[in-house]
Amino acid sequence: MPDGAQPVLDVRGLKTVFRTRAGEIHAVNDVSFALQSGELLGVVGESGSGKSVTMMSLLGLLPMPPAEVRAGKVLLNGQDILHLPPDQLRRVRGAKVGFVFQDPMTSLNPVFSVGMQIMEPLKKHLGMGRAQAESRAVELLELVGIPDARARLYSFPHQFSGGMRQRVMIAIALACNPDVLIADEPTTALDVTIQAQILELVKELRQKLGMAIIWITHDLGVIAGIADRVMVMYGGQVVEQAPVKELFANPQHPYTRALLLTIPKITGEREARLKVIEGQPPIMLGAPNACPFRARCEYRHAACDATNPPRRAVDGQPVGLGHDVACHWHAPARTEVAHA
Amino acid sequence: MLNYVLRRLLIAIPTLILISLVIFFLVDLAPGSPASEIPLTVPPDVREKIMESLGVNQPVWVRYGLWMKQFFYVEPLYGIDAMFGTDLAQGAPRLISYSSRVPVFQYIGERLPQTLTVIGTAYVLAVLIAIPIGIYSAYRQYSWFDQIGTFVAMIGFSVPTFFTGLLLIIVFTVNLHWFPSIYNTSLSVTDWASFKTQVQQMTLPVITLALFNAAEISRYTRSSMLENLAQDYVRTARAKGMGERTVVLKHVLRNSLIPVVTVIALGIPTVFGGAIITEQVFKINGIGAALIGAIQVNDLPVVQTIAFLTAILIVLFNLVADILYGLLDPRIRYD
Repeated sequence: MPDGAQPVLDVRGLKTVFRTRAGEIHAVNDVSFALQSGELLGVVGESGSGKSVTMMSLLGLLPMPPAEVRAGKVLLNGQDILHLPPDQLRRVRGAKVGFVFQDPMTSLNPVFSVGMQIMEPLKKHLGMGRAQAESRAVELLELVGIPDARARLYSFPHQFSGGMRQRVMIAIALACNPDVLIADEPTTALDVTIQAQILELVKELRQKLGMAIIWITHDLGVIAGIADRVMVMYGGQVVEQAPVKELFANPQHPYTRALLLTIPKITGEREARLKVIEGQPPIMLGAPNACPFRARCEYRHAACDATNPPRRAVDGQPVGLGHDVACHWHAPARTEVAHA
Repeated sequence: MLNYVLRRLLIAIPTLILISLVIFFLVDLAPGSPASEIPLTVPPDVREKIMESLGVNQPVWVRYGLWMKQFFYVEPLYGIDAMFGTDLAQGAPRLISYSSRVPVFQYIGERLPQTLTVIGTAYVLAVLIAIPIGIYSAYRQYSWFDQIGTFVAMIGFSVPTFFTGLLLIIVFTVNLHWFPSIYNTSLSVTDWASFKTQVQQMTLPVITLALFNAAEISRYTRSSMLENLAQDYVRTARAKGMGERTVVLKHVLRNSLIPVVTVIALGIPTVFGGAIITEQVFKINGIGAALIGAIQVNDLPVVQTIAFLTAILIVLFNLVADILYGLLDPRIRYD
């Protein structure tokens, strides 16, 4: 951490469970991470690894019940928002933390104009009047690259394409100048060209506005192009965390290594088949007391079944700041794995 | 939109002509004749003259044509005359009831107020009760409120009105003496006391019908709310920091009401058409009772006219429902 500045968002030991008939599902298990101001943290993992649930837990957006945030602290600019009463939490949502969701086709309310949907948080959080909110909404639409913004202010979501709707979603999330923008797979539902456009837009906005961003995805290619730091999640836990270059150059966790191997290469000899990670992600029934990845891990040994490995530093820096991994197995030195 | 409405109205014309044909000829085919109401002591030649004066002896298509002419031309003229004191109709023969010899529309006009008061009130009440119940049931799905609401709605929907009506009469009229079981049409509301009497005599039929209608509408509201509460845009609204009241009563309700409004609009013709059974149970001489009475004495013009008016209203409110749909849902454009 540079000069010990306070992180914008500091999550410590977050635990979320879902109560189901089959038992308790430990969807988020002891997740800790910190987000510096202006930083872009990429969160990777396959479906069901707890990425989205973690972010939804932060702001109480999960339906409770069945969800229950059982432990942890979420410090936003030093204030614990996890235990705020609902009305105060609402003043954080949309105002200090903006959310962009996966599917822009369904994330906007079909019966209200996009302008109204952008102006809603402006009126609520910033107490703007109609005229003021309107001009700010136009500004926001221009900011996210919607041409002829004033004319489109009172268009309805169905009159926009998927990429345009995601731009509108971003405009809504940015409306109140949040400190943190959480983007939950914002490009997954879009085609590749539009994906690239949205990525460019976010990069540009980040430079312009300087907010911190959490970018959830299962696309490592996206992460490589945009993130400062990466957090790999598996089975509701953080299994590895490192600056983006370090992670790609020196992956420590068998899961991260396997993930990187699944990316098809465009150079060199073409492989006969794409690599896959055998097996299914686990359903975290009951409190985990062993490594969640052990069933699919090629380096599994006795310790993996006995205890759930804690996160340990790889590069000497404290856990959460430099490179850390949660694994009983120690990867061999870098030169040997360089072309694993 | 205007184009669409005009087009729909034009399409309604062949539809209504077809319906009028079906109604007229079906009713005409039905066994029995207006003559059966004439006492047997009347000599055959007189009987023949009566039939002739009713126009019953003419071929069926002539009677159909006459009926159509009177329905769409003569009677509207009389209507205009009555409203503006003109004399456009110039004494043209009106559509006459066989049994009472009163113009059919005048007869319906006498019966309509009772139907509108009682059944209209019941319908409005049903909507006002059902929508909040549906909203809350969905918002607190599987709660006690929802479970009880579901149970009551099931009863309201599945128990016929003649049973609920009689049950209410037994409990509130026979045992408790709270409300009268017979609706007095001649009562005119002039002061507080007569207003109270009017409310009292309306209570039981209104409850009977409102229970039935509210059951249906609340179920529609509930399922529509449930569907919308699970949508992604609800999460977006919450993520924007909107309060639960705004989320539910603005974002979700606005979407949920689209199908509900349609159902409500499509139900309105029944208010005019009368609730035949409920009117019988509580002796309300509204449209429903008029229809039953006319069927019993083979009063074909009354039966045909009431049936056809109901058909017109159904076609009309189908159009109204579609227009409302277009107004409520910006995704639907009629052009």
